[in-house]
Amino acid sequence: MTETVLEIDRVSKSFGDNKANDAISMTLARGEIVALLGENGAGKTTLMSILFGHYVPDEGHIHVFGAELPPGRPRAAIHAGIGMVHQHFSLASNLTVLENVMTGTETLWSWRSETGRARAKLTSLAERFGLAVDPDARLGDLSVGEQQRVEILKALYNDARILILDEPTAVLTNLEAETLFVTLKEMARQGLSLIFISHKLDEVMAAADRVVVLRGGKVVAERRAADTSKAELAELMVGHRVARPVREAHERGASVLEAAAVSVRIDGVDRLKDVSFRLHAGEVLGIIGVSGNGQAALARMVSGTLARSSGDILLYGEAIGDLSVAGAIAAGIGRVPEDRTRDGAIGEMAVWENVVLERIDEPRFSRRGFVDRKASIAFTEAIISGFDVRGGGPLTRTRLLSGGNMQKLILGRNLADRPRILIAAQPARGLDEGAVAAVHARILDARKAGTAVLLISEDLDEVIGLADRIQAIVGGRLSAPVSTDEVDARALGLMMAGAWKKEAA
Amino acid sequence: MRFERREHRPLALVILTPLLAVAAAMALSGLLIAAAGAPVLEAYWRILVGAFGSRLSATETLTRATPLMLTGLAAAVAFRARVWNIGGEGQFYLGAIAVAAVGSRLLADAPGFLSIPLLLVTGAVAGMILLIVPLWLRLKFSVDEVVTSLLLNFVAVLVVSMLIDGPLKDPLAFGWPQSQAVPDAAMLPKLVARSRLHWGVGIALGLAFVVHFVQSRTVFGLKSRAAGLSPEGAIFAGVPLARTLLLVACLSGGLAGLAGAVEVMGVKGYVTTDLSPGFGYSGIVVAMLAGLHPLGVVLAALFTATMFVGADGMSRALKIPTYIADVTVALSLITMLVAVFFAQYRIRR
Repeated sequence: MTETVLEIDRVSKSFGDNKANDAISMTLARGEIVALLGENGAGKTTLMSILFGHYVPDEGHIHVFGAELPPGRPRAAIHAGIGMVHQHFSLASNLTVLENVMTGTETLWSWRSETGRARAKLTSLAERFGLAVDPDARLGDLSVGEQQRVEILKALYNDARILILDEPTAVLTNLEAETLFVTLKEMARQGLSLIFISHKLDEVMAAADRVVVLRGGKVVAERRAADTSKAELAELMVGHRVARPVREAHERGASVLEAAAVSVRIDGVDRLKDVSFRLHAGEVLGIIGVSGNGQAALARMVSGTLARSSGDILLYGEAIGDLSVAGAIAAGIGRVPEDRTRDGAIGEMAVWENVVLERIDEPRFSRRGFVDRKASIAFTEAIISGFDVRGGGPLTRTRLLSGGNMQKLILGRNLADRPRILIAAQPARGLDEGAVAAVHARILDARKAGTAVLLISEDLDEVIGLADRIQAIVGGRLSAPVSTDEVDARALGLMMAGAWKKEAA
Repeated sequence: MRFERREHRPLALVILTPLLAVAAAMALSGLLIAAAGAPVLEAYWRILVGAFGSRLSATETLTRATPLMLTGLAAAVAFRARVWNIGGEGQFYLGAIAVAAVGSRLLADAPGFLSIPLLLVTGAVAGMILLIVPLWLRLKFSVDEVVTSLLLNFVAVLVVSMLIDGPLKDPLAFGWPQSQAVPDAAMLPKLVARSRLHWGVGIALGLAFVVHFVQSRTVFGLKSRAAGLSPEGAIFAGVPLARTLLLVACLSGGLAGLAGAVEVMGVKGYVTTDLSPGFGYSGIVVAMLAGLHPLGVVLAALFTATMFVGADGMSRALKIPTYIADVTVALSLITMLVAVFFAQYRIRR
């Protein structure tokens, strides 16, 4: 455990005025698992991108196995034995596992003979590290956990001795994550060195030998996992903890939006199956689940961009068939989409255009087909000041706003008209602590004012903090609701894993 | 060295970009002129004289710029909404032949105040129809409209060729394949006496301002821009994507069809298969040169027409081939694309 395989020496990188990495130094020993812990925007991914040659550092050096790594050259990084497992896998879903692993390694002229050797190497690697996977399976047919195994195998196939995993558990269920940690430990035992990036304290404590904490682009602390606690790490990571707003007890009102056994089928695949929920005025109903279990379809259906295949939707007690976008807006449904840069705002358009686009046909923003620019900009200015949107005015191109400010803008656009219903899909995803607190406070304010909030999220803390009742979504099905005050995180974890489905069956 | 996206584009840069691009293109094609053994600066002077040196040449340049403005507007309008209309040439011809057919048959005896507006609308509608087909195929079956609209050009030209050799053939044309002519009453009045310049240039200019106004001030302009920039974002905001793009196609196809109508009613009076020296395709160049801005289209069309018309003068005076002007226009498209890239990014070390 004494041989140092990787040494990062005072690496700095700035983007404009933003110092993403500020003189970061760290080491990695043979057979060691180091967790790189930090919030979004702390500089973890930037550091790893420098290591892997995607960015050139402004200053500093990296030594791998004693030799200096030339900056900005991914090939050199791979050659030096660094393998990267990306958060969003860089695999082709229409190729087989074997083909995916071989991509980029084969010489053009003799691939036939390579296939046999590649298969042997892949099989032996899979056996050696306990990463069972069928080499001939089409990648698209595999589960997310299996795809991740392929991504790891691909790195190992390239003779990686240092493995970097970028938020490896973000897409996994708890069970899959535990299996992954067993694999990681086995890999370390056999002499590989691993860095995994995370902002989850539990898994850092569970899997790492050593923890390096980043904050604001600097290394703020380094601890042996055995010598620290979750509480200490949390404090180091956040600095001073920003108080998240607290949900107060509050009477809920009548049911405003109800789904009764709704199914959605797209291209022959059931995205939602017999989904039922009842959303009341003045409450937050949390839909919790690991991403990819039907949240997107649910959010789109209640936002008016996806038609249901069967079942009923009741709005204010009346069956309404399918919701349209115009219908949803007219009915007082505010919508915060999961993907704010794709659906929520059009980056190349001005802030004011994004604010009024979905309501442009209303007489306050246009008359006889002509845009009332003055009124639109005034409305936008009110939202900007009312919701503390920073980084630009009404005429700024929306793309230039940070994620948090864009989210506040989208939230503001929806809340300014005091909607009766708010659909919020992953409203705080990817935001820093301060912005998260602001978004949560707005959602709780809306609840207090009597808005019915449907909160779709995969963040357990968020759902527990905001929701009055919780339903889990697994494989397109919804569990029965439970009251937040009557469950703990463990029970919710079981719900997210689909334990209720076995009971029902 | 790497490129970073510029956060703000200063106004000076927006104006300077096309000017620098054209200057660079002229410098580059200057090499070609020098290689042909002619003095470069004099060659460009001859082009300018050839295009604007006399009353006749100036009106000729404007006459040539007129259809280019319209086909340029057609391309700019479509490209802004990411409708890749490469079929301007076909729409031009269909607009032209529709005017010749309706003008020589149904409206042969109608007075001008009636037949002129009706024929202009006829040409526009014909162009619209030819673009609605590819757009419908895209919306319904995800067929790439680049391919379909382009291929329909050949269909349109062949249909025109069939008609002017068949049912619409002018019996008084000594056997030449040429359509029957629209009546004199339906011809656009001349703007300048004893020249070819007609009121079509006024129509094109007016439409450039109308399109600019529609794009910058109306709900339709906002929605079509949203639909073009981000279909997902537009759908989420409730913009009816199909209807919006259909309207864009009508506008774009209509403008290209109108170009054909105006060319028939302003200049020739009848249709032949060489009515357009590639006006539809040049319209794409004009639109790109203009950065898809409707008012920029006017200037870009003037520049292109200047090069084309002036090239004859240069050729006669200096004994070098006219195609050098084609090269200059083509080069300016390339330099413009490069310049637009540099205007959007800045270089960082």
